[in-house]
Amino acid sequence: MKKLTGIDIYKLLPKTNCGDCRFPTCMAFAMQVAAKKVALEQCPHASAEAKAALGEAQAPPMRTVRIGTGEKELVLGGETVLFHHEEKFHHPTGLAVKVQAGLSDEELDRRVEKINGLRFVRVGQEIGVDLVAVEHQAQGSDGNRYAAAVERVKGRTKLPLVLLCPDPKALAPALEAVAEGRSLIWAATPENWEEMSALAAKYKVPLAVRAPTLEGLVELVERVKGKGVEDLVLDPGGKGLLENLTRLVLIRRLALEKTFRPLGYPTMVFTNSNSPMEEAAEATAYICKYGSLVVLNRAESWQLLPLLTVRQNIYTDPQVPNAIEPKLYEVGAPNEESPVLVTTNFALTYFTVEGEVENSKVPAYIAVVNTEGLGVLNAYADDKFTAERIIKAVKEYGAMEKVRHKKLIIPGLVAVLKMEIQEETGWEVIVGPEDAAGIPAFLRNEWSPN
Amino acid sequence: MEVKIPEVKQSWPNPINTVKIGATKEEGGTRTSTVTVGGETTLPFYHFEGAIPHPPVVAMEVWDIPGEEWPEAVKEPFAEVMHDPGEWARKCVEEYGAELICLRLKGCDPNGANKSPKEAAQAARRVLESVGVPLIIWGCGNDEKDNEVFPLVAEAVAGENCLLGTITEDNYKTLTALCTAYKHKLIAESPVDINIAKQVNILALDAGFRLEDIVIFPSTGALGYGLEYIYSIMERTRIAGLKGDKVMAMPILCDIGIEVWGVKEAKAEVPEWGDPKKRGPLWEATTAYVYLLAGADILIMRHPEAVRATKAVIRQLMGERGGEGR
Repeated sequence: MKKLTGIDIYKLLPKTNCGDCRFPTCMAFAMQVAAKKVALEQCPHASAEAKAALGEAQAPPMRTVRIGTGEKELVLGGETVLFHHEEKFHHPTGLAVKVQAGLSDEELDRRVEKINGLRFVRVGQEIGVDLVAVEHQAQGSDGNRYAAAVERVKGRTKLPLVLLCPDPKALAPALEAVAEGRSLIWAATPENWEEMSALAAKYKVPLAVRAPTLEGLVELVERVKGKGVEDLVLDPGGKGLLENLTRLVLIRRLALEKTFRPLGYPTMVFTNSNSPMEEAAEATAYICKYGSLVVLNRAESWQLLPLLTVRQNIYTDPQVPNAIEPKLYEVGAPNEESPVLVTTNFALTYFTVEGEVENSKVPAYIAVVNTEGLGVLNAYADDKFTAERIIKAVKEYGAMEKVRHKKLIIPGLVAVLKMEIQEETGWEVIVGPEDAAGIPAFLRNEWSPN
Repeated sequence: MEVKIPEVKQSWPNPINTVKIGATKEEGGTRTSTVTVGGETTLPFYHFEGAIPHPPVVAMEVWDIPGEEWPEAVKEPFAEVMHDPGEWARKCVEEYGAELICLRLKGCDPNGANKSPKEAAQAARRVLESVGVPLIIWGCGNDEKDNEVFPLVAEAVAGENCLLGTITEDNYKTLTALCTAYKHKLIAESPVDINIAKQVNILALDAGFRLEDIVIFPSTGALGYGLEYIYSIMERTRIAGLKGDKVMAMPILCDIGIEVWGVKEAKAEVPEWGDPKKRGPLWEATTAYVYLLAGADILIMRHPEAVRATKAVIRQLMGERGGEGR
């Protein structure tokens, strides 16, 4: 795909230098459009022809595709970088879990219920499975079983669906049954692409495209686009971990570095190991390296929690310390007998402390000092967690007015600050545990307001 | 339809340093096997554009005192052998396929068992005599004590080409001099900070140490505990090294086990998180997987199941058939 230059764009403009775009000349405007700093729409006189010609060249290098509707809608793609030290990643990898259409109704219900329940809270964020993938089984099921199973699943989950059904005849009634849900359908292949494209166009749903080679994928994407289907998701179709990883890297590089339009779409990939430990490795690799959607076989909570955590970590912007608002937090229903603990506003530190205070079942106040998102030791080393700052915050929050004692618990890692705070304020400073894990025992056994 | 896909293979000008650990009889030591890491000419497992001559390796962790504080799940496989670092190491190698042993001199900690330098040296000898794989020896973390312990330890394992650590920005002179004198390799530690990582390497270089004999340790965080920052620093380090920054072109070490087995996701009984017996090893393995993709060359681990799975995954990522089994 040739990138349009300022001159190419200039030729498509009215060349009137009218200034309505707020640039002095059409040429100046064209240069800005070429640099992707402004959109062509800013010229009110641009012809439809110019817009069409520019539309494709102006589009972001990787398309954004939406699956489902409403609050559980999942947004895939739209990524702009290869490494998250360049800029953050935008849309976390969607995780789908498979259920088989051939299961009995009871078993299907049980599995869907289980998938719905795979939600956890980590670092103040709810994390969970995003989609249910209903798998068509060609053998041993009658023609309407697939549609019936899809409808049944839809009735039992708010999550969007992936319809894993490359048989257009079985897929059509299923799509009819869940017409409003904007399910992702999988997949157009070199054999069925015409019918699959027609279904995607008719029901306005995103379509996965799968071919055994990258060249085959490019060819297929062009064909499907020719049928007017634009919301595509690419299945690299590799055999196993290494081949899929390689193709995901190539697709991402082609899309972003070469603006290679046929591969400028989000991706989806399946795990295929029978071992839970190896399935986790596949999913981890695809989350780290450019999978937009991963379809898993298993749904035990001990398997999902680490994967959801990998996703949460990888999609956290490491350039921005994860900070929370510095203020006085209450855990449980603290009263004037309750302890006051001090910590930093690095989210991970705070939520770890909060979790352990909760575990202790001792209601407490947590005074969060603004350390600009740094954890205890880093903040201390950087003079952002000093006696002065702690005193200022605790006074500002009026924390000591809420309790009848004058005791302040500081993290064990900054025990050295004890004397300074004590001398400065007259409060009794108690050195807490070095590790948050020690908080429950500490609060239960050592804390006393007297 | 003819399909033309643009070329996106990159060629990186500078290979990562190759570091060999261990010495066989012919090389002046007593090891029956040695380990070589590094030498990559591209990003992790990008076989399509460069060479990855040496797969990442898994070292298993052994202490000079019983790991009383280890959580039950990871203590249980070693319960019979924890009283003896030699037996402990042998079990790691013979039963669980450890490619190296990391002897952590935890017992030397003055706030703990406070073992003597002589006892530390004996523990190191004991491990050497019990197994044929190369050795990593890790101090107790108390600078002053480590500087008393390492002179005897480094001498006791002279000729074995061990990997000793760690040196930091504030404490590098003693260990660097010892590694030069006794020809060991060195672990340079930095606290999640790429500039300090560079600085520690420069300090070692200025002290006369070869950059080619350094492995960097950018700190390790367990999955869910700051891992994203280290992941990013490892990626940046590796890219800088491949692009030609000689003080960043080192193999990278991750100290996985000690971090993972400290977090509650690996050990706590929380019914909605599922079976902790399975969750713990998976938490350790998954942490290892993430670091492999960021460029880890040496992983120090604890649980036999996590080690087995990680080794199998490394074989897959290196393009070898048959993931399962040893």
